[in-house]
Amino acid sequence: MSLETYKPGSYPNLPPPAGTVGVYGWLKNNLFSSVSNSLLTILSVILLYYLIDSIIGWFFFDAVFDADSKIECRKINDGACWAVITRRVGQFVYGFYPEAERWRIDLTFYTMFFAFAPLLYPDLPKRKWLLWFSGIYPIFAFILINGGFFGLPKIEYSLFGGFMLTVILGVSGIVCSLPIGILLALGRQSKLTVVRTLSVCFIEFMRGVPLITLLFVASSMLNYFMPPGTNFSILVRVIIMFTFFSAAYIAEVIRGGIQAIPKGQYEAADALGLNYWQTTRFITLPQALKISIPGIVNTFIGLYKDTTLVVVIGLLDPLGIGRAALADTKWNGLSTETYLFVALFFFVSCFAMSRYSLWLENKLNTENK
Amino acid sequence: MKTKILLAAATAGVMFAGSVLASTLDDVRARGKLNCIINTGLAGFAAPDDKGKWTGFDVDFCRAVAAATLGDADKVNYTTATGKTRFTKLAAGEGEILSRNTTWTFSRDVDLSQTFVGVSYYDGQGFMVPKALGVKSAKGLDGASVCIQTGTTTELNLAEFFAGNGMKYNPVPIETNAEAQELYKAGRCDVYTTDASGLYATMSSFDKPGDHMVLPEIVSKEPLGPVVRHGDDQWADIVAWTLRAMMAGEELNITSSNVKSLAAKDNKNKEINRLLGKDPLQGLSKLGLSADWAVQVISQVGNYEEVFEKNLGMSTPLKIARGANQLYKDGGLFYIPPIK
Amino acid sequence: MTFVNNLWRNEKSREIIIQLLVLLSIGWFLSWLVANVDANFKALGKDISFEFLFIPAGYDINQYLIDYNNRDSHLRAGIVGLLNTGLVAFFGIILATVLGISVGIIRLSKNWLASKIAYWYVEFTRNVPILLQILLWHGIIINTLPHPKKAINIADVTFLSNRGFYIPKPLTENGIEFVYLFFIIAIIFSILFYKYCKKKQDLTGAQYPVFWINLSVIISLPLFAFFISGMPISLEIPALKGFNFRGGMHMSPELAALTFALGIYTAAFIAEIVRAGILAVDKGQREAAESIGLKPSKVMNLVILPQARRVIIPPLTSQYLNLTKNSSLAIAIGYMDLVATLGGISLNQTGREMETMVIVMLIYLSVSLSISALMNWYNNKAKLVGR
Repeated sequence: MSLETYKPGSYPNLPPPAGTVGVYGWLKNNLFSSVSNSLLTILSVILLYYLIDSIIGWFFFDAVFDADSKIECRKINDGACWAVITRRVGQFVYGFYPEAERWRIDLTFYTMFFAFAPLLYPDLPKRKWLLWFSGIYPIFAFILINGGFFGLPKIEYSLFGGFMLTVILGVSGIVCSLPIGILLALGRQSKLTVVRTLSVCFIEFMRGVPLITLLFVASSMLNYFMPPGTNFSILVRVIIMFTFFSAAYIAEVIRGGIQAIPKGQYEAADALGLNYWQTTRFITLPQALKISIPGIVNTFIGLYKDTTLVVVIGLLDPLGIGRAALADTKWNGLSTETYLFVALFFFVSCFAMSRYSLWLENKLNTENK
Repeated sequence: MKTKILLAAATAGVMFAGSVLASTLDDVRARGKLNCIINTGLAGFAAPDDKGKWTGFDVDFCRAVAAATLGDADKVNYTTATGKTRFTKLAAGEGEILSRNTTWTFSRDVDLSQTFVGVSYYDGQGFMVPKALGVKSAKGLDGASVCIQTGTTTELNLAEFFAGNGMKYNPVPIETNAEAQELYKAGRCDVYTTDASGLYATMSSFDKPGDHMVLPEIVSKEPLGPVVRHGDDQWADIVAWTLRAMMAGEELNITSSNVKSLAAKDNKNKEINRLLGKDPLQGLSKLGLSADWAVQVISQVGNYEEVFEKNLGMSTPLKIARGANQLYKDGGLFYIPPIK
Repeated sequence: MTFVNNLWRNEKSREIIIQLLVLLSIGWFLSWLVANVDANFKALGKDISFEFLFIPAGYDINQYLIDYNNRDSHLRAGIVGLLNTGLVAFFGIILATVLGISVGIIRLSKNWLASKIAYWYVEFTRNVPILLQILLWHGIIINTLPHPKKAINIADVTFLSNRGFYIPKPLTENGIEFVYLFFIIAIIFSILFYKYCKKKQDLTGAQYPVFWINLSVIISLPLFAFFISGMPISLEIPALKGFNFRGGMHMSPELAALTFALGIYTAAFIAEIVRAGILAVDKGQREAAESIGLKPSKVMNLVILPQARRVIIPPLTSQYLNLTKNSSLAIAIGYMDLVATLGGISLNQTGREMETMVIVMLIYLSVSLSISALMNWYNNKAKLVGR
């Protein structure tokens, strides 16, 4: 037993034991900490190897990026034939929207970020001013895309297609469904039996049936429910269905938000003598909506992915454009390339959005703590 | 003090332009464009090229009607429809013409309240097999897996044919031609069945078309033609006579290259004069068309033979022989009423 | 005027008035819709009738659980489709659950590489539309598996080709009732034994390997009956005849593609649910369990999972429902489910959009509603009591 004391600073600090830091330490801690862990690591490496080995070559090194037809592609190399995409990238993005007018789509798309920024990033500087823009943005976008005003030529809906159609369907579906969703959420929480029952029925119906059946209704039956002679485009009918569908999901998200508000808030509002609509307007909704944003974004991602279903009723979303390209004798048989390209597009955009929603969730969590 | 009433439900009154009263021709003229419902993609009949322009046999017919009514073959909006949605789209007024390889049947004509104005292509359901399979007749297909395009009359024909011959089969129903082709190529099916024209279109797109063959049996009659809504006879006549004008063009040897010069001079054959507006054609004003309607059709789109050869004929990858689709005098089925 | 004012001021009467107004306007709206349908149908010469359900369907279906041929009625075709929906949902749910729970646990694993792979698996699959995944899986299956003539042969009884997966089909003979009887007895025994052990554990803390004992009973009892009753099951072995295999049980590539795509897609969501559920259990619970000396497996089974389950099960059921609803995309690859038969070919052949779609929607709706009801019952039962 030693009674020696070590004065601080009189000995140099020793490095941490070898094997806990550095590359070796990291490997040991994270990959080979136990027998089962090591096995898992080896399995993962083998899996990765096969995946990369079989895919990368086909995807990049042996791929052909420009050719006039599939036959030419095959003459050049035996990997993927991306020429079907590069030659038709305009169609994949804009559908059949006239080339001379495509700037309108670009402009609408880029300004969309300004319109959504104040809604999605609560700390933005000059948020009040941008909010005004958000308010008029739907009209602005409609005029730009649809045309028919201010000397912009009117563009027929049948020319809409590609990723532009995906974004139009997704965004207008979610924007239109927000007010309906809020009303439904309030209705579901209402004291009035009739209102509550009706809201529940609507929500459960929309959530209970597959979207594809709703789209069939839009494409083949919605006209029967309108007075004889009315006639509106399939695009509008599909947007109506998407709106109803996502309204039901949004209602559930917002209901979650409303239920998360502490009871004291309502009691305080009652004590102040606020009536139902005042309470809703000033107490319930501001708090409920704020915490529901991540859920709303997730609903949007779901709706956005579901827009691919419109191909089943003959609209030319990216998948439909891809299939039409495959019907061209020049490109016949390149379905893997086409589907992968569309899948990649959806992955990139959905992944970005889900990152955002995660970021927001974390931010809200820390704010509440 | 007034009681403040808050309405819970907001009602949105949206007006939709109804279009029942005006005639279809007036609608098209007022819009300046013809709305035409076509296939989402079938090689030779309707498919977009790399520039996004629709081409094909069905598409050219839409262009012909636009040339006849508007004087410009390019003034067409194309709306795509699947086999399932095409009739509802026509009924809903999303197009004035359905030009999408549609089979003329009793129940479609009568029960679904639409008008078939004529036959633009005589087709029939056939079977395609790989030569390696060693099958020479559709009667030898017992137990085979068969890819079918759905939403059509095909399923029923197939079931009837196999049941009638006491054979079994394994159906693989697919919605689009592109998809069905993939399955056939991958060997998911032994046989692909659809209209013979579709089989040739499919075969043409293969890397080695010579490895496949269409079996001799044609198991159904499939007269394909343009369809319009019930109730506007003027419009039905316009569409029907546009088709006949293209066929008459072939019969009278009027082509897109010589139509202008024939229209300018007085021809010995007075039928040419009447068709091209040189001599008056009784009743043309009732159709609401101008005298040079047929000139516009043939000069901008071509006569039937030109359209056929351009989209489906021997010079294309499809290499479809005229067969039944030629004039009666050449041994085909097209017998056009006289232009008088 | 004061009377009206009073009515409006009184909370009770005001509520009644508002509800009446809402009811009236909804009723007016519905009758407007019905009148429109009526007018449109009159104009088109259509009517609403369900007689078409009983006329022969005329088309064939490639995968059926109950006997079917093209002379059977549309109704039967619809039932075949519904059973096919059930079949793919069943397989899909099993795959999604197994895969989802494994991936969810691997994501929490300390192994960096494995947890990263699990993470990217989740991100890739849940951010790509399910329709595309179905198409891709179908393409992969039919393009990589061989032609029936060169089918992958497993022990001469099981064959794998791009026409599907063929396995021997058990054919029952006399005496099979005996096996069924013993199977039922085994099940009853297991339930009673489980209850008994649970009670015993609550009273004394003693634990039995309930799962293993029950499993061996359920397997061995019917097996015993099978042998003493003279093996009343024979196998029908699939064989290549002509173009295809005949006989045996058959899983088509469409069913396989749909199962894979739905299972793998839904598993990504389930993995996230499982992960969130496990993370939601307070850290103190694990620490406390470890400090009283429980083994890691006991910590998981007795402390973490029972608490996580309460968080996991409600979203899990809604994922199952989503999977079932997504199975309606079968139409894209030609698997004949409810939407493809009754809502697809039958609709095309008969032109009765309204009737077929109403039936299809009602069926889906009743399935989801009954599962939701079950869920609510479970939630109420599993709810933490008071706080």
